[in-house]
Amino acid sequence: MLLALPLSSQAAVLPEDRFDLLGHQYDGGGMQIEGPSVLVRKSFADTVAVSANYYVDEVSAASIDVVTSASPYTEKRTEKSVGLDYLRGKAIYSLSYGNSKENDFEANSAHFDLSQDFFGDLTTLTMGYSLGKDEVFRTGDSAFSDEAERRHFRIGLSQVLTRDLVGSIKAELITDEGYLNNPYRSVRYLNSAGGYSFQPERYPRTRTSEATTIGLSYYLPWRAGLHGEYRMYDDSWGIDATSWQVKLIQPLGQHWTLETRYRRYSQGQADFYSDLFPFQNAQNFLARDKELSDFDSTVFGVGIGVQFNRAERETFNRAGLHLWVDQFQFDYNNFRDIRVTTLPGQEPLYSFDATVTRLLFTIWY
Amino acid sequence: MTFRIVLLLLVTLLAGCSIKPWVKPYERSRLADPVMNAAGHPVAESYMNHVHQAREAMRGAEGSAGGGCGCN
Repeated sequence: MLLALPLSSQAAVLPEDRFDLLGHQYDGGGMQIEGPSVLVRKSFADTVAVSANYYVDEVSAASIDVVTSASPYTEKRTEKSVGLDYLRGKAIYSLSYGNSKENDFEANSAHFDLSQDFFGDLTTLTMGYSLGKDEVFRTGDSAFSDEAERRHFRIGLSQVLTRDLVGSIKAELITDEGYLNNPYRSVRYLNSAGGYSFQPERYPRTRTSEATTIGLSYYLPWRAGLHGEYRMYDDSWGIDATSWQVKLIQPLGQHWTLETRYRRYSQGQADFYSDLFPFQNAQNFLARDKELSDFDSTVFGVGIGVQFNRAERETFNRAGLHLWVDQFQFDYNNFRDIRVTTLPGQEPLYSFDATVTRLLFTIWY
Repeated sequence: MTFRIVLLLLVTLLAGCSIKPWVKPYERSRLADPVMNAAGHPVAESYMNHVHQAREAMRGAEGSAGGGCGCN
């Protein structure tokens, strides 16, 4: 959902009127994903704001999963969403609806969020609920189709602590029910010839997860924003994960802004994950998706932005251009690179890096 | 989870017991500075949340532009 609830230190205000055109690119691990994202947001009478977003992922995939068990492919995912924010007193009510479509998958979701300021506007309480329905198909198998339903419950609190410091805590519970597999992915198991063979993955049809994030934002004495965040996660598939991030937003003169961020992420593997099962149908649930394995990742990102003000113009009053480049490194602790031919289970552990580039043009009006 | 929700509500209520706002409106200019908004560009922030979600098992309670699209 692209409708941000403001964690502002001011009284409740609607999001800014703006037009955003984002070009995004992900390049790493044999995957190239790129496309635009366009957001338009407009408020009326300082009470109602409407927004619309159009987002595209053009995927060209030759990842390790693809080259070891399928053929490289290209596909396109298109996501459209519309939203409405309503300001009443110190509360903002937000409704939004989104649709995401690709040739073998369609997701529809509806979201409701509430943000309320309390206690001299030092405290902001947010609550939200989302309902999503997925339809899953399999290319080349017209007989296959299945569904999944997803529910999100979230609550958060933002608190002004001093004139320089804001703290926040938020929690989100997500429950999924239905077909949660990737319909193309396989696990490998040892065969009687001493090598390995593949069989389709098999996941549970339910998953419940909870995530909690604690954040602090501090205004540094020389005018810069320092933002720290720690996030904890666990789910009913046995996965535990944590991440932390530090971000610095540093203005350079009147027009320029420099951003840097460093993030570390670490997760344990799902109960039913294995890089190499001992035999076929070794257990009721089977996974070899590297996103469910034990791994660590780091991100280092740099961004530069420039903004120009145009006083008292009728068309728009501010424009900006921002460029961010983020460098990811993924190191898997129990997912082996089976492009290397050796004894099963003796292959080197897999790792890859990726570069994510974002170029954003914005007009505020 | 229940514990965390209770904790959140407790913090809210305790905050309500404090009689007066200890940071006055005229003392909040620094907090209102754009540098204090870690997610000042929602489209760019949502995209980065999507990149993380697509490659990690962790989901939910993302930065302020989060909320999830209901898709994987």
